Amino acid sequence: MLSFLSKPRIRGGIHAEENKAATATQPIIYNFPLPEKLYIPLQQHVGKPAEPLIRVGDKVLKGQLLAYSQGMISAPVHAPSSGIILDVNDYPAPHPSALPIRMIVLETDGKDEWIPVQVPLDPFQLAPEDISLRVGAAGIVGMGGATFPTAVKLNMGRENHIDTLIINGAECEPYLSCDDRLMQERAEQIIDGVRLMLHGMESRDAINRFSTKAVVAIEDNKPQAYLAMQEAAKSYPLIKVIQIPTRYPMGWDRQLIRYVTGKEVPVGCRSSEIGVTIHNVGTAHAVHKAIRHGQPLVSRVITVSGGAVGRPMNVEVPLGTLISELFNFCQVNTEQTARIIMGGPMMGDSLPHTGLPTVKATSGILALTASELKSTDEQPCIRCASCVTVCPAGLRPLDMANNIRINQLDIAVDIGLKDCISCGCCSYICPSNIPLVQYFKYASGEVAARQQAQHKSEQTKRLIDTRNARMERIARQQLEEEQARIAAKKERERLKAEQEALA
Amino acid sequence: MYVLSAIVSLTLLGLFLGLLLGIAGKYLKVESSPIVDELESLLPGSQCGQCGFPGCRPAAEALAEGKAAATICPPGGSALAEQIAALLGMDLDLSDVKEPELLVARVSEATCTGCTRCFKVCPTDAIVGAPKQIHAVVADACIGCKKCIEVCPTECLQMHPVEVTLRNWRWTKPSPLFADSEVSNAVC
Repeated sequence: MLSFLSKPRIRGGIHAEENKAATATQPIIYNFPLPEKLYIPLQQHVGKPAEPLIRVGDKVLKGQLLAYSQGMISAPVHAPSSGIILDVNDYPAPHPSALPIRMIVLETDGKDEWIPVQVPLDPFQLAPEDISLRVGAAGIVGMGGATFPTAVKLNMGRENHIDTLIINGAECEPYLSCDDRLMQERAEQIIDGVRLMLHGMESRDAINRFSTKAVVAIEDNKPQAYLAMQEAAKSYPLIKVIQIPTRYPMGWDRQLIRYVTGKEVPVGCRSSEIGVTIHNVGTAHAVHKAIRHGQPLVSRVITVSGGAVGRPMNVEVPLGTLISELFNFCQVNTEQTARIIMGGPMMGDSLPHTGLPTVKATSGILALTASELKSTDEQPCIRCASCVTVCPAGLRPLDMANNIRINQLDIAVDIGLKDCISCGCCSYICPSNIPLVQYFKYASGEVAARQQAQHKSEQTKRLIDTRNARMERIARQQLEEEQARIAAKKERERLKAEQEALA
Repeated sequence: MYVLSAIVSLTLLGLFLGLLLGIAGKYLKVESSPIVDELESLLPGSQCGQCGFPGCRPAAEALAEGKAAATICPPGGSALAEQIAALLGMDLDLSDVKEPELLVARVSEATCTGCTRCFKVCPTDAIVGAPKQIHAVVADACIGCKKCIEVCPTECLQMHPVEVTLRNWRWTKPSPLFADSEVSNAVC
């Protein structure tokens, strides 16, 4: 009862129709037919794209390194199956624009032959640095969609004192159930991954050792996943499995941190600065596979769902599988499909066609019918402030959108545009169907473009200054050379005159 | 003795002349408007002349006198216009200002003779090349001033819009649908 008096732990949020039952009740399908060609983007993560180290025509085995990570924040890319490299070139990216990015095209040979791997007997004997090195080398990134390289996060965990590791099993987006199924079917592997992560974040000094605890947070609409995880975590006192209310966007890291720990991550800070770090359940599973079996991240479980899908399912596919092949397998009715979405319906990206590959971030592919989409019949704002109530970041979406509409981007930034996470709650709830999130996405891009323009004009000034300085130096040198030449000529004439006088 | 008198006289002379220079510097100073200096430092400084003035300094003077609009500088775009308007305390209406389409020069390799004329005039050193070698434009450094286009003898340099890639792709602004219908109602 006293909880009424304490600060509310959930801010904003909505409860959308879940639409998860169609896929959450069926086991994950593992017999997806191996595609003939895989299109593997070199950038499937936040940071710098990977650099290819294979040549066209090379024969590669499954799990072989295709491209190595470049720089601090980057991740390598591995072959999702065995076969021959057909091409390294620009192909359309799984992005709303479908603009080309660099990809490796792999023609599979059907053998799906693994490269020989070495597995440590007891990974808990490895140094924590070694765990994050192995996680980095396996190309593991945040599987919830943020795709931040996991090894970098583990390193940050070692550098800062982390008291809570949160494992995000919220899966708050409607339709998606890949994490739910993964937790139900592979709970022990996930818990093992969590233990490995805890080991990887152990710092060397004795005070902080063994003080990190892990909390697996699962929304209460997944009771079976909760039971399975609790059973798997029973013998590890450091790992606690809890249920959290079902309310989108519960899986947003800051919302989850606030609910689980009661702490608020300050604006502009990373969660590790307040001693919390957060990973997805899929990431924990990938860590288990990488450390225990030496398998890099080459496949993932994807939810294929939506009204136009004949056989909605969770299916494990090799990375780089084209969406069109996935849709063929799931019997998607292309005529009924009004929109293709990669990710969840709230934050996912709408894709223009199906000739695009699945990547490490792809948690789901939805084929939605027209009746499942929100009406785009936009009406004037009635100032009902529903958007203010549901905003999990505590912003005023209607004011921000109004300022953006009249190009007052500075004011929009002042009232918190940069804290908007594009979760889509405001657009979802708006009774006037105003595309609020689209305004914020446009404005964020525009602000970034202006910053780039500002940066470019500074660079331009620097270039012009250096050029002017160089031109001056050249002119001065020429002048000096000219004077030296004239002086030398005079000297020669004088000597000549002296010699003549002597003669 | 001679040495001492020389030192004293020269010191006195130095002090006197220094004082004279100081006074002259104070009373005979040529006034330069600080607002013009500040405006000039905002402008790109490439003297490209796209504003219709011979250079950035004259444009800054015109702005300070109120003879030019804040949106005068095409390479600066709306970001610069906002800065100028904030400095001069002007009201700025960007809604009918079209963001200038950013163009960059590109060398057509088939017709480039390697004459070196273009990179000599480029204000930002954005063109690289050597005599009788095909030149190339570094698109990130090109400011679209078109000076190279004017000097190219074979017309191999052309202006192209900046290529849209995933790095510079942006969401478009949603068009307010209801506003349009209101306008059409008013017309009817």
